[in-house]
Amino acid sequence: MPEDLNVLIDAAIDRHKSVPGGLLPLLHDIQDRVGYVPETAVPAIAAALNLSRAEVHGVISFYHHFRSNPAGRHVVQVCRAEACQSVGAEDTLESLREALGIDLHQTTKDGAFTLEPIYCLGNCACGPSVMIDGELRGRVAAGAVSALLSEVGGRP
Amino acid sequence: MSVRIFVPRDASARSLGADRVAAAIQAEARARAIDVEIVRNGSRGLMWLEPLVEVVTSAGRVAYGPVTAADVPALFDAGLPAGGPHPLRVGDIEDHPYFAKQERLCFARVGITDPVSVADYEAHGGLRGLRRALEMGSADIVAAIAGSGLRGRGGAAFPTGIKWKTVLDTPSTQKYVVCNADEGDSGTFSDRMIMEGDPLVLVEGMLIAGLATGATQGYIYLRSEYPDAERALLEAIAAARKHGILGDDVLGSGRRFELEVRRGAGAYICGEETSLLESLEGKRGVVRFKPPVPAVSGLFGRPTVLNNVITFASVPIILDRGADFYRDYGMGRSRGTLPIQLTGNIRHGGLVEKAFGVTLRELLHDYGGGSASGRPIKAVQVGGPLGAYVPESQFDLPFDYEAFAAVGAMVGHGGIVVFDDTANMARLARYAMEFCAIESCGKCTPCRIGSTRGVEVMDRIIAGTDRAGQADLLRELCDTMLHGSLCALGGMTPFPVQSALKHFPEDFGLPRSALAAAA
Ligand SMILES: Cc1cc2nc3c(=O)[nH]c(=O)nc-3n(C[C@H](O)[C@H](O)[C@H](O)COP(=O)(O)O)c2cc1C
Ligand code: SF4
Ligand code: FES
Repeated sequence: MPEDLNVLIDAAIDRHKSVPGGLLPLLHDIQDRVGYVPETAVPAIAAALNLSRAEVHGVISFYHHFRSNPAGRHVVQVCRAEACQSVGAEDTLESLREALGIDLHQTTKDGAFTLEPIYCLGNCACGPSVMIDGELRGRVAAGAVSALLSEVGGRP
Repeated sequence: MSVRIFVPRDASARSLGADRVAAAIQAEARARAIDVEIVRNGSRGLMWLEPLVEVVTSAGRVAYGPVTAADVPALFDAGLPAGGPHPLRVGDIEDHPYFAKQERLCFARVGITDPVSVADYEAHGGLRGLRRALEMGSADIVAAIAGSGLRGRGGAAFPTGIKWKTVLDTPSTQKYVVCNADEGDSGTFSDRMIMEGDPLVLVEGMLIAGLATGATQGYIYLRSEYPDAERALLEAIAAARKHGILGDDVLGSGRRFELEVRRGAGAYICGEETSLLESLEGKRGVVRFKPPVPAVSGLFGRPTVLNNVITFASVPIILDRGADFYRDYGMGRSRGTLPIQLTGNIRHGGLVEKAFGVTLRELLHDYGGGSASGRPIKAVQVGGPLGAYVPESQFDLPFDYEAFAAVGAMVGHGGIVVFDDTANMARLARYAMEFCAIESCGKCTPCRIGSTRGVEVMDRIIAGTDRAGQADLLRELCDTMLHGSLCALGGMTPFPVQSALKHFPEDFGLPRSALAAAA
């Protein structure tokens, strides 16, 4: 793994290795900085926290939030839960699929966008809700999708 | 003197452009050489009016909404700093019928104060409960909570006083207070609104729980979908530390309490208390067998007070005003108030805090103003994704844990999701199964495999393949899940499915009569 990534991960491990129940905070720390949890970080994490690699893998794969591979430059998370469904979230999702030419859990070929489902953003009176790069957007009806994408990523 | 203008920092308000509005107000004021102080408050909870801007005038607070950045110059032309007339002017929000008829105990300060200002918090009644608790013994605090009738607001409605007494009575050198801020149910955001709009009340409630039980360390397990709440909590905790509310010497009492925020990672099941504890310990969020209950053996095997955000946030006012004051609200065994969230296809969505006893019909029509689409309301789902679908014929149901349970529904965390007559209940039933399959912790087969089978069966029903046979299969599957699941995810996913089948068989392509009889 590249030198700087190594340094970054070691520093994150140092910050959390003596924290009780520190594995989740550590994984968050790494993903917040790197964008994902690199496969190559697992042995070092396991060694520092006195866990097996399988245990660390098990935790990373259990939680939907953690990713083992880099995402696109922009991450679009569309709420699929009931309250958003009641105001057209499925149409919003369909528009996103069409505009980006990808399905859920995929990244566009140019690496610009990753499309993901999310289950409630606590914005249920202002749906359909979408989170883009960690920023919450409300009332994203199907017709508002293309404007939103071009605002974020300079795309039609 | 500068003009005080409130623009919410609430995530919903921000999702509709509150930051741009705040920036536009700042810029416009500068251009007009008007001195303004912008306070980022919580939301008043009238979500259809967000972003709601309030200006402090000599005649009180005057609200405008929903405001966009483009409206700001015209609002200044209309004399917004003095509360001047404009089509967006709402007036004093506390006179608005949606607000005026509420009973805001838990949400007393939300939207009114600067959420992270300790001075503002104290000026509006904050810390009085904590000060009272510091003068009381642990047993008396627990007795006050028990006497108030407070039951857990996270879903299971377990009496909070009994839980705290168990922790108090279990000897241990280390105990914990854990706040469940995982708020995963669709149709709920009251936890989020408290954490963003009055985070210090949560800090105070958890502190009182610590004093009541002898716990000195608290954790807030916050879902990763709530970055705004995380920021507000961290600011509030830092302010509380600076003012000697948290730390080694709580308000000079010699008592100690520390508090830390821990972020979840997008797993619905981690809202279940034992899964949450596993997650806090750094493990996969697999549900634990009970007993032992967390109050006896919780975080790291120690006695742990584990409550929902709203439960903790209801505690300070009980200590401040007394158990009787709180218990005087409500009906039957449901005492006090519940922050109810009106969501989905509803005209006036938002937060309505009312004493128990308010009916669904009042909420949907008097507060909510009917559906957003203007079409008839077909059904509502109350209590999250595991709650039954309630048809119009049951809208006179009062909010009361027992009354809801009697018809197979659930108050849960107080979320109401509204569907108009275009909703397809078979698709929603399919979604319930799919959600269970995605979020299952994997420990029991009926939940993990049953839900996957459930999706397949629903697909065949929707496609019209052997509908009657598949419906029988679906009913059997639901039965297996109901009886063979360790926790409510597998055990209650059948509720929305069965209720959809029972009340709306035509959406499944099934005759009404035959099914109504069978269900
Ligand atoms: C699948 C599942 C999800 C849950 N999600 C939450 C949640 O997001 N927030 C919450 O407070 N309680 C949730 N609960 C309930 C908790 O297990 C627990 O009863 C509650 O946090 C206790 O606090 P209370 O007594 O203050 O309600 C969930 C339960 C189950 C079975
Ligand atoms: S019912 Fe489902 S979520 Fe609950 S313990 Fe069993 S497998 Fe896990
Ligand atoms: S259901 Fe989409 S934000 Fe809650």
